[in-house]
This record gives sequence, structure tokens and C-alpha cells, in this order.
Amino acid sequence: MKKSMTIAALATALVLSAGCAKKKPADLPPPPGGTETGVGAEGAGTGAGAGRHGRRRSLAGLARADFLQNVTADRVYFATDSHTLDPEARAVLDTQAAWLTRNAGARVTIEGHADERGTREYNLALGDRRANAAKNYLSGRGIAESRMTVISWGKERPEADGSDESAWAKNRRAVTVLPQ
Amino acid sequence: MRDRPCERSEAIQRSGRRASLRTGFIAALFAMTAPSALAQNAAPPAGEAPPLEVDIIGGISAPMPIAIPVMPTPRSAATPAGETGALGRQVAEIVATDLRNSGLFTPKGPGGLPGVSYPQVTAPDFPTWSGTGAQALVQGYVQANGDGTLTVGCYLYDVFAKTELTRQGFVVQPAFWRRAAHKCADAVYSRLTGEGAYFDTRIIYVAEAGPKGKRTKRLAIMDWDGANHRFLTNGQSTVLTPRFAPNQQTVVYMSYVGDQPRVYVYDVGTGRQRLLVNEPHMTFAPRFSPDGQWVVFSMSVGGNTDIYRVPTSGGRPQRLTNTPGIDTGGSYSPDGRQIVFESDRGGSQQLYVMDADGSNQRRISFGGGQYATPVWSPRGDMIAFTRIGGGGFRIGVMSPSGAGEKILTEAWQDEGPSWAPNGRAIMFFRTAQGSGKADLWAVDLTGANERRVATPLDGSDPAWSPLLK
Repeated sequence: MKKSMTIAALATALVLSAGCAKKKPADLPPPPGGTETGVGAEGAGTGAGAGRHGRRRSLAGLARADFLQNVTADRVYFATDSHTLDPEARAVLDTQAAWLTRNAGARVTIEGHADERGTREYNLALGDRRANAAKNYLSGRGIAESRMTVISWGKERPEADGSDESAWAKNRRAVTVLPQ
Repeated sequence: MRDRPCERSEAIQRSGRRASLRTGFIAALFAMTAPSALAQNAAPPAGEAPPLEVDIIGGISAPMPIAIPVMPTPRSAATPAGETGALGRQVAEIVATDLRNSGLFTPKGPGGLPGVSYPQVTAPDFPTWSGTGAQALVQGYVQANGDGTLTVGCYLYDVFAKTELTRQGFVVQPAFWRRAAHKCADAVYSRLTGEGAYFDTRIIYVAEAGPKGKRTKRLAIMDWDGANHRFLTNGQSTVLTPRFAPNQQTVVYMSYVGDQPRVYVYDVGTGRQRLLVNEPHMTFAPRFSPDGQWVVFSMSVGGNTDIYRVPTSGGRPQRLTNTPGIDTGGSYSPDGRQIVFESDRGGSQQLYVMDADGSNQRRISFGGGQYATPVWSPRGDMIAFTRIGGGGFRIGVMSPSGAGEKILTEAWQDEGPSWAPNGRAIMFFRTAQGSGKADLWAVDLTGANERRVATPLDGSDPAWSPLLK
């Protein structure tokens, strides 16, 4: 556990420095050197030949893996046309809050999604409501709002492809994502 | 707000091809002719046929047979658009297709009809045409001019009364020859129906491809009949809900560039775009006011979505709604004095109307299910919407008071209506159950003449342009 925490802390530092790069188009060159390369070479132990991108991704990947290992789930689900967090959702978010408390440098994006049974624009607003419901809950658990970004994808990015209740239930979600 | 170092980086594919759209185009050659024997204010002499008109108010009427022979050329000439004789056939084909697509005509020709000599363009052989069963006749010609332009002449005749109903001529750069054909079809349509024209228009929409969970969504634009199709964005960022300004050259739409969903204002001619409002919140559902001076849009702040307006040129957004619910989908009335929108403030999505300053908000829809995406008709007499219920979406219309609701379509998911500039037809997108694939459809205001609008990829969020000038 101690080792895992160390890796998480290292990875978190990387995640922080990678935050801006994430927003840039994928075809831009990486930012000029800095802590991330050094820490990356030391901490991640990526194989020879891995470029800066490779190290950064693998470290960010370590942080994500640690997050996913230590939370019940990276996502919570909602009832139709609802943004209410049920007890199960709150329990999931409690584990996310615990991880974010331990990894004080980590930032997250909370993606809000809707199923396909609403109109496009309404679902954008609904996804935003859901993402904010999760954000507000985490904020109430002591996570600084400045560490959390919300984005709504409405019904544009379904997780499950079908047009049935089981698919819709999977798609009504708010997902907590660590930067790539 | 947080810094946003990396936004607005998506390349818009630039093309100057259409830049001269308005400046380079049409000069009306001939004014409308003097009133013919069928003019509305001149009663026909006793014993003659009644005026030739298409009744579209009643909705269901037999389409009018109309003959459209190949348009001759006074002298064959090569042009950048092709040889003038070949163009004469193509112009006639476009006129026939436009009129057929309206659902109000059964065009005959140009294939299979007798040829027309150049002198016959103004002196039709009426006995021949009445023998085809056609009630109306469209003739014309294509001529190459010394200055590199083309002249397309367009004449409409009443076959039984043996009279000319209208004539129009258009001088165009060769690249815009199709527009001259659409203008000819518009002249015929308007003269015979009494309605405004709508064939010389364009459609901007979202071209979609890829698997359901990860579809690419690009802006694309085409003529109303699918010609001159081109993509405006490269698909790197998801784009949604494009809408035309009344000048037809400016578009508002929403883009996820930089993972920050925001409304952008885009100039179709220059390819330039800019952020509509600089706020650290999602902005979406944009639409222009009828004078183009304002954009009404939605903004989500902390999970609460309200409607705002902002001058198109930029400035401070002015908040128009202020409820804890989702208020979105604002659309101006054609006089610019009111805005129809959707809100779930009463528990479920319903339609509301407010004055353009946000005052006097009142609900207008009261049916079962939910109502969304209201769009005010260019004629002002109708509001089109998406009705949600019974496990599907349908396109419907109602009066601005909420009376006279009529559902026009029936499918798994029909969404996002957009009006033709004459208020007679509606375009929307239809999503398939399961696959999520969407395509564009059009339907008449009466619910008749539903037809698919062909696009190279899948399509959604169509917006019909105003009539081009």
C-alpha cells in the first residue's frame, strides 16, 4: 500500500504538469522539458526508447490505474431525466473523494452524459446537471472546486450502443476522469 | 476564469469558392411582364379556363402536370460550366427536380419531350404541349455572353389558356449556373402557388460517421438539392447545432474544440470564426435574431441552464430566464419581438413564449409527453417542435398561442426541425433505433411529401438558409 501511494503521488505530480498539454490538440509537440521528463524517467521506469509522450502517458496511466484500483467505480448512474445521487452513487463518490484527498495534487474532469431519449440540446443541459451533481457532492466532501472541471457530452458519447433500458441505464452517467 | 491556452485551434477548411456568392451573382434581366390574362385582378373572359393555380392551402391536391423541355441555346459555346446546349438540358433537369421535390407538381421532361427551337422559347407550340397532358409549360434558353457570363432565360406558360404567366432572366457567372436553374424553379413555384420561393437555398448540417459511441461530427454545407457539398470543419472536434444568420453568410454553432463546448460565430465566405461569449461555462443552442443583430443562446452555470442574448458583434450576455430548471432552445419570432423556448420548470419539457427582453414568460404547450426544440416559422404563424412521448420523437407544429397542434411525422426519433424560408416545408433529422445512425428528411407543413434528403455521410441538425440573394 505504501508503494502504491508513492507511485500515486509521483503520478499525480505528472498529471498536474500534463494538465495543460491535455487541452492542446494532439498533433502539437510536447512542451519543452521540465519536471515531467525527469520524474518520468525515474519514477515510471519506462523502457528505453519511450519518448516524452510515452513516459507521460504511462505515468498518467499509473495515476489512473491507482485511482481505479482505489475507488468503487469511476462513474455514478442516474434515473431517467434525473440528476439525483442515490445512496449507491454517493458511496461511489465517497471513495473518489477519499482518493482525491490522498492525492491532493490530482485534478479531474467530470463528464456528464445522458441517454438517447432526450433531444440533443436538452441533454447537453442534463449532462451538465449530472456532472455538477457529482462535483458538488465531492466539493461537499472537501475536494476543492478548482481541482474539478465539468464537461457535458449530452447524448453524443453513449457507453452502451443499444436502444433498450439496459443500455440507457449505462449511459445516464457522470464519469470522473483523470487527465490522459 | 481559468486560462484557456489551447482553444479555437481546430482548422476550418477554408475555401474562397463561395466568397463572391452575393457580389458575383444574379442580375434580373427582365422585370416581370405586364399582367397576363390570368393576373389575379383581371377576371378571365367568359368561357375561358379558370386561373391556373396550385392549391396548397388545402394540403391534399393532385400535383399539377408541368412540361419542362430541354432549354435550347441560340449558339453552342464552350463555358467553364460546360457547353451551353448541355447546360440547357441540365437546367431543365434541375427545374424539374426542384418542382417534383415540392410535392406539388408532376414534371414531365426534359427527357422524352419534343425539342424546342430557340425562336419557340417565346412562341410555344401550344397544341403539342396540351397533347402531353401538361397544364403548364416551362421553357427557357442558355446563352454564353461575351463577358464570360451566362444568361438563363425562364418562361412559364399556361398551356390551356395559351398565355405567358411570367418570365425571368438571370445573368450568372458560369460557376453559379445551378443557382439560375433554382431561381427559375422558384419563379415557377411562386407564380403558380402564390407562396414564397425556397429552391435557391442551402443547408448547413452536421455530417456524422463512425460507431455510435464515438461518432465524428463535422460541419457541412450544400445546396438544398445536395449539390456543391463541402465540409467546413475537419472532424477533430465535435460540432453541433449550426444555424444561419439572415445574411446567409454567417453561421452560429457549438464546438467542443479544446474540450470546452462553446458557441462560435463562423463566416462561411472567409472561414473565420470567433468565440461568441468568453465565459467559463458551456454555451449552446444558439440562434440569430431575424435582423441578425442578436444571438439567443443557452449557458449552463453550475448545472443550471438559462437563456441569454448577446449582440452578434460581441458584448455582455444579458440573462433572459432565471429559473432553477433547464431553459434552452430559444428561437425568435420573425418580427424579433418574442422568443419561444423550452423549459422543464414545470416538471417536464414544455414550450414557453417570452418577450425578447425576457419579460412576460408564459407556457403554450399542454399536451402529454414533452415538447422540445421549438422553431418559429419565418411566416410567424406556426411553431415547429419535437414532441417526445410514446417512446419516440415526432415533428409537429402549433400556432404561437399553442392552438392547432398537428403532428407531421412518425418514426423512432425525428428531431430538430428547421423551416424552409417560405414556411411551407420543414427539414429535420431522423435517428435509427439501435444503430443511432441519423439522416436528413423534409416534410411539407401539411405532413405530406415526406422525403429523405441525400447526404454523402450520415447527417443531423439541418438548418435551412434564408433565400439566397
